[in-house]
Amino acid sequence: MMMTITTRSSTPRTMRMQKIVILGATSGIALEIQRQLARQGQDLLLVARSAQRLSELQSDLLARGAQQVLTIAADLADVRQHAQVFDFVRRSFPNFDTVLLAYGTMEDQQDAEASVDVLLDELNVNFVSAAALLTLFAADLEQRSTGCLAAITSVAGDRGRRSNYVYGSAKGALSLFLQGLRSRLHPAGVKVITIKPGPVQTPMTDHLAHSGRFAQPERVARDIIRALNRRAPDVLYTPWFWRPIMTAVRHLPETLFKRLAF
Amino acid sequence: MSGQSAASLQKKRAVCAPTDQYLSWGRYPKTVHQHVHRPAWNDQVPEILFSAGPGSLLPYGLGRSYGDSCLNDGRELVDCHPLNRILGFDAETGIVRCESGVTLSDLIEVFLPKGWFLPVTPGTRFVTIGGAIANDVHGKNHHRAGTFGAHLRQLGLHRSDHGLVVCSPDLNADMFQATIAGLGLTGVIAWADIQLKRVAGPWIDSSAVPFHSLQSFLDLSHESDGHFEYTVAWLDCFAGKHTRGIFVRGNHSEQRGQNFRPQWGPRLPFALPALALNRYTVKAFNNLYYHAHAAKRGASLVRYDSFFYPLDSIRRWNLLYGKRGFLQYQCVIPENNLVALEEVLDRIARSGMGSFLGVLKQFGSGPPAGMLSFPRPGLTLALDFAMRGEPTLQLLCSLDEVVRQSGGGLYPAKDARMSPALFEASFPRWRSFVPYIDPKMSSSFWRRVTEAQ
Repeated sequence: MMMTITTRSSTPRTMRMQKIVILGATSGIALEIQRQLARQGQDLLLVARSAQRLSELQSDLLARGAQQVLTIAADLADVRQHAQVFDFVRRSFPNFDTVLLAYGTMEDQQDAEASVDVLLDELNVNFVSAAALLTLFAADLEQRSTGCLAAITSVAGDRGRRSNYVYGSAKGALSLFLQGLRSRLHPAGVKVITIKPGPVQTPMTDHLAHSGRFAQPERVARDIIRALNRRAPDVLYTPWFWRPIMTAVRHLPETLFKRLAF
Repeated sequence: MSGQSAASLQKKRAVCAPTDQYLSWGRYPKTVHQHVHRPAWNDQVPEILFSAGPGSLLPYGLGRSYGDSCLNDGRELVDCHPLNRILGFDAETGIVRCESGVTLSDLIEVFLPKGWFLPVTPGTRFVTIGGAIANDVHGKNHHRAGTFGAHLRQLGLHRSDHGLVVCSPDLNADMFQATIAGLGLTGVIAWADIQLKRVAGPWIDSSAVPFHSLQSFLDLSHESDGHFEYTVAWLDCFAGKHTRGIFVRGNHSEQRGQNFRPQWGPRLPFALPALALNRYTVKAFNNLYYHAHAAKRGASLVRYDSFFYPLDSIRRWNLLYGKRGFLQYQCVIPENNLVALEEVLDRIARSGMGSFLGVLKQFGSGPPAGMLSFPRPGLTLALDFAMRGEPTLQLLCSLDEVVRQSGGGLYPAKDARMSPALFEASFPRWRSFVPYIDPKMSSSFWRRVTEAQ
């Protein structure tokens, strides 16, 4: 009985992106970004692990105004599945112009200290697999001399902290990787955006006591979409106040910083 | 990523501290929940149900119930708000399938521009589908359309004992009727099919008629029921025997429109000091409101949001009542028993504790959709009382007597204090509902009104 609907709503002014690939479409921040993009009538291609969740997501985004929603189920933490995903994107979503990498995990820091397996998983998901995947998409955009490549890292990657340095080092490595990639793709006119959210209220952080410093995903998503539309600098801090805070944190001398327990 | 193994869920759960962040709209009573589950996907709900202790859970939507029917003090909640996906829509029939956390506001935003509107809407659009079903909410069109549950075609229910149960008027019909107005106690709603209604656009042809006696309210109501889809009255509860009010009636306009976005007003930043609302400021407000509307009498074309949801434009208006919160009292008095209604209004007026305009509506006589549905033929009156401790509770108890003698009842969605005896009188068949309660579910309200019995 159920059929899904497609609405043709007009694309708002100054929208640069039209066809967006989202890697890790079921993450909390991605969900909010997709909703806002759907309202603007964009075309989306979503990648996530669960086919069931993707199908629920697809119906919802079409109902809310997305022009087209394609999905492919894959575990992006597994580098061997990347080629297949990339092929699917190129075949069914040619001329995509924006790629947003939105997946990541945050394991308990103490577990990662106690278990090398947990440590390696954390580094693999958040950095190794992300770097591998971005490399595939970078080559395509570079060849076409167009588009935008963005990835969600974290303010936690700006400095190694006692409480969260495993996650932080993976995200920090990803930020460095994006920095180099930006420089490489600059001559081709491909934009590379590093997105550094502060703590956001999502399922990934559900186990932490939520305080006032946790941002709402709606707000973070708005900032990210503005950045994807080239209305923000190469490195986006969201909410904005994390930029001055992290500047200060980065400049604390190491002799002092190592004594801080946060 | 949101996929979490059972082991990591267990571990994370242990870290969670009790929270006092989940309250009802009246902000009374104050509660502390031991844990709040926030499933982001329907596939996570069964695990939550299976691993919970007996009577430990209650689904929670946007917390717009006024009293304690959406609370589970000292126990756990399942926050269904993130389960808010629209799963399908049939443009031929106008049936939408959505998850339980989808809000009425979402449905309006998505479907009003396509020419569809809610079949029944309460006075706020910030309620979830799950909440609208669990309280079997009613609106200004009750005399024509019945309650929200009457437009529910089918639903999927997560049960801790039977897994996902699909029910409809034809399939598991008893579970279907128990879940409508079931106060969230029969399980977690996974999805629901709702029949929307065709409209031309966002406009309502509305008119306001002042009235000066309850009899003239009744006459207006009778006269309007045949010609108007929506009827309701605002009543000045300070007027006592000198009744005055504004009767509002309306129909969907044939006018098409482009402008569907609701308008926003101010937002209350924090709970106001308790003194801000006293009998003088409220009296003055009621005066102003009455005269403003009496002056505007006659027909006008208004947008759906100002017609249905005047209070929604003031975000968090419940903070007007200060830190202690407020109680809402909504009763139904059967058989258009004006003597009982007059007595209720008189007791309120004499107490001087009444608040903003009361709402008065004549219910229709259609059959109830759910086992514990509140609406029944008669007159329903709703109004707010700032919580001032014992005097407030005593006044409400004295109103209870009148309601009980009239053979009426109170609305659980608005209640934080009715006695088990009054609950029994309001819902004499509640015991036949008990077998449908999910063994893992309970609520503050349910324990309060049934455990003594």
